[in-house]
Amino acid sequence: MSTKQILEKFEPRRQNLLMILHALQDNHPQNYLTEEALGETAKHLKLTKSSVYGVAKYYTMFSLKPRGKFVIRVCVSAVCELMKGQEVIGHLENVLGIKSGETTPCGTFTLEIAECLGQCQEAPSMMINEKVFNHLDEQKIREVITEYRKW
Amino acid sequence: MIKETRITLKNVGKINPESIDDYIAAGGYAGLKKALKMEPFSIIDEVLEAGLRGRGGAGFSTGTKKKFTSKSCLTCPQRYVVVNADEGEPGTFKDRVIMENDPHLYIEGTIIAAFSINATKGFIYLRGEYTGSIDKTRKAIAAAYERGFLGKNILDSGFDFDLELKLGAGSYLCGEELTMLESLEGKRGHPRIKPPFPAEKGVFGAPTLVNNVETLSNVPLIIANGKDWYRQFGTERSPGTKIFTISGKVKNPGYYEVEMGVSLRELIWDLAGGMSGDKPFKAALLGGAAGTFVDASMLDERMTYDNLREKGATLGSGAVIVMEEGDSVYNILHNCLRFFKHESCGKCVPCRVGTSMLVKGTEKLRNGVPDKRALLDQMVHESEIMAATSLCPLGQSPILPLKSAARYFAEDLLI
Repeated sequence: MSTKQILEKFEPRRQNLLMILHALQDNHPQNYLTEEALGETAKHLKLTKSSVYGVAKYYTMFSLKPRGKFVIRVCVSAVCELMKGQEVIGHLENVLGIKSGETTPCGTFTLEIAECLGQCQEAPSMMINEKVFNHLDEQKIREVITEYRKW
Repeated sequence: MIKETRITLKNVGKINPESIDDYIAAGGYAGLKKALKMEPFSIIDEVLEAGLRGRGGAGFSTGTKKKFTSKSCLTCPQRYVVVNADEGEPGTFKDRVIMENDPHLYIEGTIIAAFSINATKGFIYLRGEYTGSIDKTRKAIAAAYERGFLGKNILDSGFDFDLELKLGAGSYLCGEELTMLESLEGKRGHPRIKPPFPAEKGVFGAPTLVNNVETLSNVPLIIANGKDWYRQFGTERSPGTKIFTISGKVKNPGYYEVEMGVSLRELIWDLAGGMSGDKPFKAALLGGAAGTFVDASMLDERMTYDNLREKGATLGSGAVIVMEEGDSVYNILHNCLRFFKHESCGKCVPCRVGTSMLVKGTEKLRNGVPDKRALLDQMVHESEIMAATSLCPLGQSPILPLKSAARYFAEDLLI
């Protein structure tokens, strides 16, 4: 869908800004908000480009740079840390060959950290796009990534 | 041996959350039907007299909040209900359980709340990462519209109410009610100065009732069954039940709904199966990052808002993070302080600078300063200044885990 088609689905009111940014980001194959998309949004809502940028930049779920097809969000909050979650990032960095905050050169995976994902009864946890993975250990991480590599 | 008392969770695992018929067959929407035949003020009185207190963490009287909102600015053309579904407190997932398993319950509570304060428009502000809750809520809203529980002239009562789902985008701070209103208006998540409270000037400047998911889930039950039924659960000053989410080093981590007033010992050993390993209990972090550490001396204290507050602890959202001997309170405290640093919006200087200073201070405790005790005292003092000078609960929170860790586990911090 084009940026214009998405914008037309929303009434041009500022209160829809976050929902618009979600929709635009989800629509982009690289899971991010392009400068063009932010500009079009500003025009649609009759806001300045800087205020749209300010909102997009504030919220951690929005990205202003291209990301992989799959965005991995690893929980680093208290319960996951207690349940050995700090090892999860390390395992993922090894398996993917990138550091936290980076995207694999092939454009498949982006590795990010996230705050509590509310999965504490099965910690440690991560999300890949919309899907949640719990009880993570090195073996499970390898299996999950291998599975996603096939897509 | 205590058992669970499931009232808000009574349908969990028993009905298909995507079937409104299942919900109705289980007694759903009976509270709404009854409410629509009542006078709005008597609904508020019922909730007030039931003694329901906000389950988001603050424990403020829900009925009083409703009363304020219903009586403020009577000439205002529009008032709103906002559902706080932005659950993000580390260790907390009670609202997620309701939203994923029984979404109509909190939607029904929202419609009743709207009717009681004469709000014709409402928003659910749901955190963006909760994909399962978003999906179930979206379907439930659509089904409720289809059956005439939402929209124009609900069940021929003449009452109109529109409910819209709005998504957060990864900001813990937006769970704070005034910040949530800013975010709903499409702005950065910065807190507002209060007063005015949302009851007076909420979203778009209109009187607004902001309630948590678990709080609203109690409302249909109170209306359908009456305040006396509700008051049979819990204690005099904290009636009803509470969903606790127990995580960490217990055998059966998970969510448990119990009557208000159970002890921490009962939660851990009777419900969560006791410690997961051979090591003894060391600490629990109650209420998440914006919560307090307690040691074994607190195991038999009643878990109510007032009792814990008197003892210098918090009930908060109902998170119980259990640690065993050998776990480091220092590491978890450092994690909580790092969390606040990450989530501080930067509007208030004491919070923006203070959250960074506390993280640095904690790290210095490990990197050899000559007088660790003095540094820790200094950090507690800094957190007191932050609490006194920050606008919103985020800057007021670091003092909670810090002071309680210093009180019970100074030896962990000063190694």
